Amino acid sequence: MTWPLFTEWFLPGVWITVQVTLGSAALALLVSFVIGIARSSRLWIVRFAAGCYFEVFRGTSALVFMLWMAFAFPLMFGWVFVPMAAGVVALGLTYGAYGSEIVRGALQSVPAAQREAGIALSFTRAQRLRRIELPQAWPEMVPPFNNLLIELLKGTALVSVISVADMTFAANLSRLASNESAPAYTLLLVAYFVLAFVLTRGMRLVERRAKAGVGQRPEPRRGLRAARKTNPKADAQSAGGVG
Amino acid sequence: MNWNWDVVADFMPRFWDGVLVTLQALVLGSLLAFSLGLVWAIAQRSKVKLIRWPVVGITEFIRNTPLLVQLFFLFYVVPEWGPSMSPLVTGVIGLGLHYSTYTAEVYRAGIDGVPVGQWEAATALSLPRTRTWTAVILPQAIRRVIPALGNYVVAMLKDSPMIAVIGAFEMLGEARAFSNETFTFEAYTIVGVAFIVIAYPASLLIRAMERRLVK
Amino acid sequence: MSSDTPNPAETPQDKPRTPEGKPDVPEALAHVNPRVDGSELIRFDRVTKRFGDHVVLDDLEFTVASGKHVTLIGPSGSGKTTILRLLMTLLKPDEGTITVGGRYLTHEERNGKLVPAGEKHIREVRKNIGMVFQQFNLFPNMRVLRNITEAPVHVLGLSKEEAEERARELLELVGLTEHVDKYPTQLSGGQQQRVAIARALAMRPQVLLLDEVTSALDPELVAGVLDVLRDIAHTTDITMLCVTHEMNFARDISDDVLMFNEGRVIESGSPEKMFNDPDHPRTREFLSAVL
Repeated sequence: MTWPLFTEWFLPGVWITVQVTLGSAALALLVSFVIGIARSSRLWIVRFAAGCYFEVFRGTSALVFMLWMAFAFPLMFGWVFVPMAAGVVALGLTYGAYGSEIVRGALQSVPAAQREAGIALSFTRAQRLRRIELPQAWPEMVPPFNNLLIELLKGTALVSVISVADMTFAANLSRLASNESAPAYTLLLVAYFVLAFVLTRGMRLVERRAKAGVGQRPEPRRGLRAARKTNPKADAQSAGGVG
Repeated sequence: MNWNWDVVADFMPRFWDGVLVTLQALVLGSLLAFSLGLVWAIAQRSKVKLIRWPVVGITEFIRNTPLLVQLFFLFYVVPEWGPSMSPLVTGVIGLGLHYSTYTAEVYRAGIDGVPVGQWEAATALSLPRTRTWTAVILPQAIRRVIPALGNYVVAMLKDSPMIAVIGAFEMLGEARAFSNETFTFEAYTIVGVAFIVIAYPASLLIRAMERRLVK
Repeated sequence: MSSDTPNPAETPQDKPRTPEGKPDVPEALAHVNPRVDGSELIRFDRVTKRFGDHVVLDDLEFTVASGKHVTLIGPSGSGKTTILRLLMTLLKPDEGTITVGGRYLTHEERNGKLVPAGEKHIREVRKNIGMVFQQFNLFPNMRVLRNITEAPVHVLGLSKEEAEERARELLELVGLTEHVDKYPTQLSGGQQQRVAIARALAMRPQVLLLDEVTSALDPELVAGVLDVLRDIAHTTDITMLCVTHEMNFARDISDDVLMFNEGRVIESGSPEKMFNDPDHPRTREFLSAVL
């Protein structure tokens, strides 16, 4: 990779990757909670609607959806997304579906006795959810959310396909410009690895705070090697169902 | 919206070609991921640091970097000093290699799930190491991990369109080429729906397996 | 069974039950249940509860007068805990009605007909009832103080200061003042259970349900919890419904003991009578096994 390419494309590309990651993570988090809570609703119609969302989006290929958003959607509805918006929306909606399974599972893991204690103190349903169930479920959610965030970071490379100038886009540009691809792609892989490492560190901090918030001590762990290295994208496959 | 069924009809032959390539990539990629993952899992339990550490390092690196970039690397960088591979072969290797780092974790959990008493019993009977693995540990571990492996097959299915980016004509590749030629949008929509339609029964199937195999 | 409702006039003399005659009431308990007048507070009217084919409560009728301390005894599976859970609306009766303070608990009258009550009605009636659980069920995400103040603030609408003052008084009563800022997991089981008692009392309920509150505790921690409950029983007029296997405790605090067997009350009476000279052979058999 040449120096001008590095400073004018790759470095801004890193920033774009970070922006896309954070933007789609925020959207995915919102979707996770809305759909995850709705899937635990006592109203069947809410459960059903949220279940449908989950079934559709966990079956969706993020790349196909992204290309559809970028190319088919404008032709179908006459409304064009900025490429970056198409990428963020596609990633946020699909990864949010996986995240909803994390939220639902964590809510389900809160002991029934806690719900009963809440009833005994006359809390309303909403109060129980907000004051008892969600705060207790949160520390359970952080480690799988960390895994999902790493998946999401990797997923952001897809935006290069719809011409968002992230760091993958810069590496492709370098290949086309110089015909020499080894340094660019090696640098790119290392850059993703470093970002993943930084995100994991950050999430470890979140986890420690979350656990301290319920009087637990976090188990010690090293580097990227988390205790449970499952992929929430895959875990969501056999989960739940409509309703 | 102006949906045109004639466009759909024109696309369908190429759609089925794409489905075939997607399935090829998926089946071969899965087989690679299953077998390579087992190698990683066993190597990660090795007592020899010189085996354990590099394997841990490599699998961590592969798992924490994007499949898309790995595909670019395999397709554009590797031929500079190694073999040149067709897009489909590259895609199969990329999918298989990437997902082997996940299946390794699945196997690891499965192996850890075999009670310590089983290892001790094998030792007490003086079973050789390979025999302990093949006759005692793996048969018990594999049964538990099949649904989890199934989950990764579905995850791999949804990542398989990435191989279109290096020129493999699976479903998305066909749709992209068709849409670019005809300036239409139906093909993308069909492929998008196709993934959902394939993934839904697949996850029902895995759920059923989970109920039967994981007790 | 309702004919066995104890008459307030027959209250044992060794436990003064009028506000004037009470031995030094702790500050924290001064407000507990000022409405005691010995009238009927809880009524189970032909209540049946089934789990599948298993009938847990069979056409059950009994009443509890306000201010009484009633202990439910009987073999496990005889439906004692189910009664507490029905009162807490953790379960709904299959047949029959429950009234608390003259109001239906899980039913409402609408156009002269009795229909299952809505969430709001249930919550309104239930506010008069507090419960202490076998497994404490403290909220692990809240410190001790907030465990106690959370419901008074967000359910009763108390200000934070009022609720905290109330909580501190109650913590003093249960002897845990120095632990206000700890998380439940940092306390022993006995301490957790005492916090749970304080948490229930902070809502100033008319009725306190105690569901085998010492069963989950290590033996050496039981006494501390029972002492606190004894204090409360002897110095207040809060109505108590208590399921326990601690027969000495039951003898000590109860005005009435109800013996359950197979979903029915087979005998009831004063602790003196029940423990010393029960009429029913099943009661004798049970008591000789546990005493």
